[in-house]
Amino acid sequence: MSADTETEAPEAADGEAEEAEPRDEAREELRDRFAAELGDAVVDSHIAVGHTLWVRVTAEAWATAALVARDHLNCRWFDFLSAIDWLPSPYGRYEDDGLTPPEPIDQTIVTGYAGGDTRFQVFGHLVDVVDHHDIVLKADVPDDTLTVPTWTGAFDGANWHEREAREMFGINFEGHPGLRNIYLPTGFEGHPLRKDFPLISRIVKPWPGIVDVEPMPAVEEPEDDGDAGSTEDAS
Amino acid sequence: MTAALDREQARYIAAQAADARINFEIETEGMTLNMGPQHPATHGTLRIVAKLDAEQVVSAEPIAGYMHRGYEKLSEVRTYPQVTTLINRIDWLGSFANEVPFILAAERLMDIEAPPRAQWIRTALFEMSRIANLVLFAGDTGLQLGGQTAAFYGFRDREHVLNQIEAVTGGRFHPNFDRIGGLKDDLPKGWIAETKTAMAKVRDFCDEIDDLVTGNEIFQARNRGIGVIPADVALSYGLSGANLRGSGVDWDLRRDAPCGLVHPELDWKVYTHPDGDCFSRWWIRIQEIREATRMVDQCLDGLPSGPIMAKVPRIIKVPAGEAYVETENPLGAMGYYVVSKGDLGPFRVKIRSASFNNVSVLSWVLRGVYVPDIVAILSSLYFILGDIDR
Amino acid sequence: MTSAVLAFEMAYWQQSVLRSVGVLAAVLLPAGTIVYLFLFKMMSFMQSRLGPNEAGPYGSLQLLAEVGKWIQKEDIFPAKADRKLFAMAPYIVVASVLLVYVAVPFGPDAWFARLDTGIFYVLAVSSISAIGVLIAGWASANKYSLIGGLRAAGQLIAYELPMVLAVVGVVVQAGSLDLFEIVRMQAEGEIFGLSWFGNPFILTQMVGFVIFMIATQAELTQPPFDMPVAESELVTGYMTEYSGIRFLLFFIAEFASAGAFGIIAATLFLGGYWLPGLDMHADYMNVVGPLVLLGKMLFVTFIIFWVRFTYPRFREDQLQKFAWTLLIPLALVNILATMVLKVAF
Repeated sequence: MSADTETEAPEAADGEAEEAEPRDEAREELRDRFAAELGDAVVDSHIAVGHTLWVRVTAEAWATAALVARDHLNCRWFDFLSAIDWLPSPYGRYEDDGLTPPEPIDQTIVTGYAGGDTRFQVFGHLVDVVDHHDIVLKADVPDDTLTVPTWTGAFDGANWHEREAREMFGINFEGHPGLRNIYLPTGFEGHPLRKDFPLISRIVKPWPGIVDVEPMPAVEEPEDDGDAGSTEDAS
Repeated sequence: MTAALDREQARYIAAQAADARINFEIETEGMTLNMGPQHPATHGTLRIVAKLDAEQVVSAEPIAGYMHRGYEKLSEVRTYPQVTTLINRIDWLGSFANEVPFILAAERLMDIEAPPRAQWIRTALFEMSRIANLVLFAGDTGLQLGGQTAAFYGFRDREHVLNQIEAVTGGRFHPNFDRIGGLKDDLPKGWIAETKTAMAKVRDFCDEIDDLVTGNEIFQARNRGIGVIPADVALSYGLSGANLRGSGVDWDLRRDAPCGLVHPELDWKVYTHPDGDCFSRWWIRIQEIREATRMVDQCLDGLPSGPIMAKVPRIIKVPAGEAYVETENPLGAMGYYVVSKGDLGPFRVKIRSASFNNVSVLSWVLRGVYVPDIVAILSSLYFILGDIDR
Repeated sequence: MTSAVLAFEMAYWQQSVLRSVGVLAAVLLPAGTIVYLFLFKMMSFMQSRLGPNEAGPYGSLQLLAEVGKWIQKEDIFPAKADRKLFAMAPYIVVASVLLVYVAVPFGPDAWFARLDTGIFYVLAVSSISAIGVLIAGWASANKYSLIGGLRAAGQLIAYELPMVLAVVGVVVQAGSLDLFEIVRMQAEGEIFGLSWFGNPFILTQMVGFVIFMIATQAELTQPPFDMPVAESELVTGYMTEYSGIRFLLFFIAEFASAGAFGIIAATLFLGGYWLPGLDMHADYMNVVGPLVLLGKMLFVTFIIFWVRFTYPRFREDQLQKFAWTLLIPLALVNILATMVLKVAF
């Protein structure tokens, strides 16, 4: 088996995680290289020091961003692509026990790292397997069309991920070779991972956890952070 | 489309055209073979619709979703500690490894770190679940290719590892042992010595399987040069784990992107193989079992003393933020993208499971192979249905 | 065709009944022994299991329980199956095995029919089962069954040839197609001037024996040549749609033919019912002979099943290539060498 190769594991992790001051020069440099290639299409970015780089691009530049990351940042390993619905669920956490009226739920949209202006966002993760850096790309999905360009031109693996995102969130990927359902039966109505899609099982039968929980006996909590009572008053 | 893919396709289309010219003379007709959802080779409810020309596959389409359980949706209505119960069931052969990246993601958002002893025990259990998973792979591949005996050896020796996992966690299949900030319990008395014996038995199993299966001429004839996935295709489809390393890509998250586990402090090797065929994937997995037993031994030797649980509030509220943590699980890279809004439970959990990507390459790799090769390729890509249909 | 089954006179119908019962016993007893001894027990021990151990002492009655279970099960016909052919196929396969036993000498007078061209007849009827398998595969109206049936047919044709050619070497050396004569030549022959253990043809026809055993393995569709049934891929191929009594018939045929080929191999290469030190023409051989032959058959089937539990399976094209490019040329060389040596000595 002479052709088989093996590589020694390094003795310690690379130095970037050991920085004391909260700056991540490697990821800032990566972001700057990315922004230089893509130009105005980069809307915002965020760095979790020592961990992850987020870059938000415009919806039109979504496919170009993948190509730039692949060809200029050498992020050739496609990790995943998915979407997120930033609308807070109108059903709360399904912990309505039917005895107390549910509290009104704040429906304002608050987006996460690297900002966002729309209800839906798509995000994907790409990795450079040679120099070991990675990037999370995000893009707002226009509320009126719910369409972004496809990544299948850049990564073949995006095919299934986009099919999943389409059926779960109803986001259309322009240029995708066949956006059929992958998990749901053909003809399924609705998009289950949208926050306004009810979790039927919790409506049919309330979460048993809420009826079983008795109020905890009054024990002194050393690390109590104020509102830590029973779990029922969540959301 | 990458260059190699184009080349492959061009060659394939040319071969098909040549076939079609012959077939025009003798008027053959294609046949659609439906493998699954109930088929022994798919060990689960995967379905493969293959269009055949005689015994050659013209096109194949994997169809998943017969066991989708909606864990991403269910996670949104549960608290963080409750989510581990769900994600235990994703890769059910190496359950503990599923919990680790999620717990690490939550810990990163809360900005706490498990005490060293918990990290070392975590790593040991993480690698033991890899052994529990891959030992069954070794047996199952033998079974898929007709050697029944390997499967029974696999089940026999997996028992040693499962017994040790059970002794610590109380669960053989679904431990649910990892906690935010540490572990549920410390190791029981005498466990370390017993585990070392079990690891020695697993190493014996690897030697036995090498004798019985790896060196077998028929096994090699069935696997060498079959189901070749070039490196650029593997990267483009996002294959991970032994499937990626089998294509010659030197990428192991344990070494290259360590997070929260103690792999950088251990002495071990990452194996790659340049061929990209079924045999290379098999060979790498067998070496990985051996490396994992060495890692467990080292974890047990270097186990620091101290607490196993960091100070965490009794009711866990995770601050708002986003975190993506990915670890090298038995089946490949598994990651959780956790979005928190400062609530009791996650706002959104994207589960990046290895088998989903690994299986999506099937429609590419199955074209042009023979029906018996489907079985060899399926078992060498090695998927768990729970890992595809989360 | 002379027929003297036993030393004392019997009416013709009595002889017929005795022969029928005899063939059934000769088929079912070895088949049952093989299943219990090898499939249940030896396989279990090789795979670090216990095997059946509840029904009867050491699980020895497990087979009866299994048969009872199969007989009780519903005999299902698929909706689109060709009912007549579907029902007929298992009987063809079983009949081909039963017919093999007809020409086998169990002792100086213990045989069912002595044929001058015994080995020719045996090889001819044993390949009838291919027709039954093909019918089963076609009539099931199932794609897996069809692929399995076609593979089986292709494989049986490919491996019939090396088997026949391997036997030709024995026939050349014995100078007869009669199985009884072949046994006699082995018992009365001598090798290098040593005559006390005769000349079992395994000594001179070693290559022929190996080829015959490989071809047998393929004819029986046992691993590593079990592509037609390939349970992890074709879900047992042509047997997929069968249930109940008809599946039982296939099952019996599978193991009875393992026994049949074991007996043929023992007769051709291991000296048949004769052992060194026994007089092959004596009357007591009518009782001892069948037991000796059974013992030799168990030895041969032990090898067959040992290989079966050890090896993974070939792919269909590799299997064909193996037969046509390796076994058949080797068998031809073997025949040539045998003929040259036969003339030389």
